[in-house]
Parts: sequence; C-alpha cells; structure tokens
Amino acid sequence: MNPPILMQAEQVSRLFVKRPDYAERLAALLGIKSHAYTVQAVDSVDLAIHEGEVVGLVGESGCGKSTLGRLLAGILPVTSGTICTPAGELAHLTGQAAHAQRLATQMIFQDPMSSLNPRKRIRDIIGEAPLAHGIVSRADCDDYVAEVMRRVGLDPDYRNRFPHQFSGGQRQRVGIGRALAVKPRLLICDESIAALDVSIQAQILNLFMDLREELGLTYLFISHDLGVVRRISDRTVIMYLGRVVESGPTRDIFTAPRHPYTQALLDEVPRLSNRKRRFHGIQGEIPSPLHPPAGCHFHPRCPHAMPRCKAEQPLLQPVGAGHRAACHLIDESTQKGSMQ
Amino acid sequence: MNTATPTLSVRNLRTWFHTRAGIVRAVDDVSFDVYPGEILGLVGESGSGKSITGFSILGLIDPPGRIDGGQILFKDVDLAALTREELRRLRGNRIAMVFQDPMMTLDPVFRIETQMVETILSHERCSGRAARARARDVLAAVGIPSPEERLKAYPHQLSGGMRQRVAIAIAMLHKPDLIIADEPTTALDVTIQAQILAQMQQLCADTGTAMVWVSHDLAVIAGLADRICVMYAGRIVESGPTDDILDRPRHPYTIGLIGSVPSNEQTGPRLYQIPGMAPSPLSLPAGCAFNPRCAHATERCRAEQPPLEALGPRTHRCFHPRTGDAS
Repeated sequence: MNPPILMQAEQVSRLFVKRPDYAERLAALLGIKSHAYTVQAVDSVDLAIHEGEVVGLVGESGCGKSTLGRLLAGILPVTSGTICTPAGELAHLTGQAAHAQRLATQMIFQDPMSSLNPRKRIRDIIGEAPLAHGIVSRADCDDYVAEVMRRVGLDPDYRNRFPHQFSGGQRQRVGIGRALAVKPRLLICDESIAALDVSIQAQILNLFMDLREELGLTYLFISHDLGVVRRISDRTVIMYLGRVVESGPTRDIFTAPRHPYTQALLDEVPRLSNRKRRFHGIQGEIPSPLHPPAGCHFHPRCPHAMPRCKAEQPLLQPVGAGHRAACHLIDESTQKGSMQ
Repeated sequence: MNTATPTLSVRNLRTWFHTRAGIVRAVDDVSFDVYPGEILGLVGESGSGKSITGFSILGLIDPPGRIDGGQILFKDVDLAALTREELRRLRGNRIAMVFQDPMMTLDPVFRIETQMVETILSHERCSGRAARARARDVLAAVGIPSPEERLKAYPHQLSGGMRQRVAIAIAMLHKPDLIIADEPTTALDVTIQAQILAQMQQLCADTGTAMVWVSHDLAVIAGLADRICVMYAGRIVESGPTDDILDRPRHPYTIGLIGSVPSNEQTGPRLYQIPGMAPSPLSLPAGCAFNPRCAHATERCRAEQPPLEALGPRTHRCFHPRTGDAS
C-alpha cells in the first residue's frame, strides 16, 4: 500500500561528549573532581521516510533536529541504533554501495553564504561533484551545469560568477543546484529558507515543490517554522530536547495535536488571521540539553504535568492512523474512557 | 481615531547614504505618526529601509549616511535639529531602542547590574542602592525569574530569550514615551517569542508607551500592531489600520507580501510569489520602484513617481490601487 521506505531510523541516539582538556586532566591528577559533559542530542528516535513524501521535522533550537538530519545524511555517525536504507544498514555499507548511498542523500543548509566556497565559481561549485563521481565527462560538464542551473531557475550565463555576486535567494538556488547535480533521491533541507525574505522564501518553496514533481524527490524538511511545514509536508514530526514527542500526518498534527507541547507550539505561531491578539507564551525557558529534566522532558513547562511525568518517561503510542504521541495524558484519557 | 497629539511624528524624512558608487536613498520621503499607547508595525524586506528609519529617529546614522531632509517631531521637538548632548539626554530616557541581537546591546564584560545601574544614573540623580532596587523591579516586570540573582549574572550566562528580556528591561528603565523595536524577536524560538510579545504588549498597555515595531514578519505584526506601514525600496507604499491593510490591501506589493506568507490555515501545492527581486538601492527603477515586478504596471508607472494618496485613515502610493480582498 505505502510506497517503499527510503530510509528508516530505529532507536537512533547520538551523544556528544566533551573530552576533558589539558587543564582538567591536570586537575584530575591532583585529585580535583572533574566531570565530563554529555549532551544527548538525539535520544532513541524512530523515523521512517517513504519514497516520494515530504517529512517535516519541527522543533526549537537545541532539540536535536539538525543533528538527526546529519545522522540520516551520514555526515555524523550514530552512537547507538540503526539507520536502514534499501541497500542495507547505513553504518555497514562499504565500497560501491556506500558511495551510491552518499550521493543519494544530499543536504541543503541554512546559510548559503557559509556553505558555498567563496573562492570558487558557480560552474565549479555545481560541476565539481558530478565530475568527481563520474556522472558527467569533462567535455559534457559545461552543458550539464547549464542544465542544472536552468532547472533551479538560474541563468546559465552566470556560471562564471562567484557566490558573492548573487543575492541570498540566488545563492540558495546554487546550493540546491549543487545538491541536485549528483542526482539524489532524498534531500535533507536544514532550515533552508529560514534566512530568506518572505517573498524569496515563497520562490524557493515553490522551487522545492516543482522539483518534487519533476524528479520524484523525497524531502526531509527541517524547520522551526510551522506555517512552512504545514504548507509543504505530508507528515510532521515534532521534537523536543532530543526526543520525538509527536508524529503523524500533517493534517492530523495541525488539526488535532495530542501532545501539550505541540498544542502550545501551534497556539504560539503568529498568523495573519490573528489580529491584535493577546500573546500568552508557554511558561519557562527551554531547558539546557546538558541537564534535561527527568521523566518527560516537557514537564517543567507543561500545564497538565502530573507527579508521574516527573518520574517516568512517556513512550510514543498510537493515537490515530499513523499518528503517535508521547504523553501520559493519553493513558489517562483512555483509562477514563474504558472506566466509563 | 486618535485626537491626542502624536508621540512621534515623522515628516518627509529622507536619509540618504552618499557613497562613492552613488547616492543610496535608503529612506525617501517617509511620514508617519505614532500616538501614545499605540503600536505601529513597520514592515518590509531586507533593504527596504525599515531599520534605517528606526535608526534615523534615534540619530544613529553614521557617515556616509545623513538625514537630508524632513522632520522627526518627538512631542513637538525636532530630533533631527538637536545637538548631540540634547539627543543623548533623550536617548535611553524618553526614547529607547531594542535591537535584534541582544548581545549587541549588552556589554559582555559587565554584569547585568552594572549595565542597568549605569543607565539609570546617566539620566537621573539617585543613590546606587535605589538604582539597583529599581533595576531589580524592572527585571521582575519583564518576567525574569529570581531577578536578584540575575543582576549578578554576565550576559553570556543567560539564554537568548533572557538576554532579550534584559535588553527590553534596560529600554523600560525610565518608562520611555517611545520605544523603537528593531526585530527584537526574530532570533528567538516560537515559544520564547510569544512570551516576549506578551510582555511588550502588556508594558505598552500599562504605561501608555508608544512603540514602532520594525519587522519583516507580517504574521507577528498582524498579532501586535494597531497600524501598519509597508515599506518598499525606501518608501512607505501603503499604510493604514492593521485589519484594512491585511484584509483589503491596495498596493500590489502588499498583496504579494500577504500572499507569500505560508499560512497555517491552508495547505496547497504552491504559494503566490512576487516575480523578480528587490532592486539594487543604487539603481532604483524610474517611476514607481515596484514597477518591474508589478503585474499592473503601465507606461505611467515607469515614468512617474506615484504620489502619496490618502483615503480616510489609509494612504497608498500607487496609480492603480486594488480594491479587492487579499487572495
């Protein structure tokens, strides 16, 4: 029924450990207690991406959404868990298969100025990878670059220019062209439109949608902007402090959110239709990922927090067709329902 | 609507940058009023001159830029004609500014306490202890938990949202009559942004402070502002009450801007997009600056600068204003 799975993450975790520096090792030798800092950026995340769909990954800063994107792209290794691709497990791929997998997943970053080499011409930025991987011959490279540039809406006459000669929106198009040049199947867009003006954002979003239709691409769209995610994604995944708190079809998430964090996020999004409204704001700060709260990470800010939330981590459980949420309230409500 | 005298009245303001490559008309013939307790939203994309308008009001324009014409009347005093010392006495006292990046406002090497007390003592005579007590009260008023401890903190020890709150607290220290807010929530997360917006709304309502809220985010402005001015290429192309502008925009640029915001209510394959790019400020097109991107442009738009036309509480600069609803 469902299209085949392009990439599946199972119980993926990623830890970042700060190693003690020289002074700290010295202090430890002298008997002064030092402790290692550990950040659990991604904590036992399950995620399946089906062929041809757009998955939106939403969360606030520090929730691990970018780290998860990098794990899936193979830029960072996982600490535990597995990422499965049609060719096999990502970490165990070797030779040709690993090579093909690296090309099949491409990333587009937030800031095009810092992800494009300022000393290279556009021709080389877009053409370098397909040349190196033998996708085109040196003789055909120029034509190939021109074709890619036309596809992302750039004039091929600009191919001898440098990145600084372009506007922000055009630079982002160059970044997209560079990713497309190796014929990927999955594009991971990490806040790819966050730095752009509203009218340029609309142009780039439309380009993503056109490319999806023309090339049958699959997207993992990482963003903090719920409006954008609602507009373009088929499924939405909400993360908070390294864990997935809710996932499901975009329509369900936005019309019937089950996790208090998702509900709060949706309430806070400024909209054109909300005029002169009173802003409320969920109370409290986003906790530091260095010291996440015990139990449910959201409990210090949650209006419905119960004693159980402080002690026990809620697990993702189904609340509808393909819709899952991790909250103890769901247990309570089903218990109440069965008692009645 | 408002019969009181405006707190701030900007009249035909022109801030031009005289660069070697030519004159950049960053702000050209801009006029607006802000009344006590009112929030005016100044919307535009990068390079539209919205921030420069805010900087001009506080006299923060550095060469090669200078205010080349117009008046900035703050309670009938022309700010553009004041000496540096007279302006210093107003700045941070009667007029305050909140910037996008709080790390730009806060000095990283001084404690929050030092910075707040300095601000108080530079404008009035009081004891250090009284100043400190006031700093603590204002921190509490902007929603900072345990303000007594936070006073001792350095800016790097606070989160982004906390820093912005401290910056807002510093702006509120003297209960100013006017606050210029230059995208203060753009760098913050959604939930933190909502907290800050709530606080700013409350403070404005409580103290009757007038506010100019500069932002590129139409959705934030929609929830916050009483009136909106839309800027494009250094000029206000349309202004009026928030509901009128968003429901019945007249200028094609405003219509395009509203259309390109991905709304939460609808999903669909494509967004409306304004064709083309914002023009280079060094070589603005002749006539209406928006004409190369406008679907309704005629010969007249390419030749003549459309004058500012007023209709009731609204103004627009367009030869062919639309009348329909936003679609």
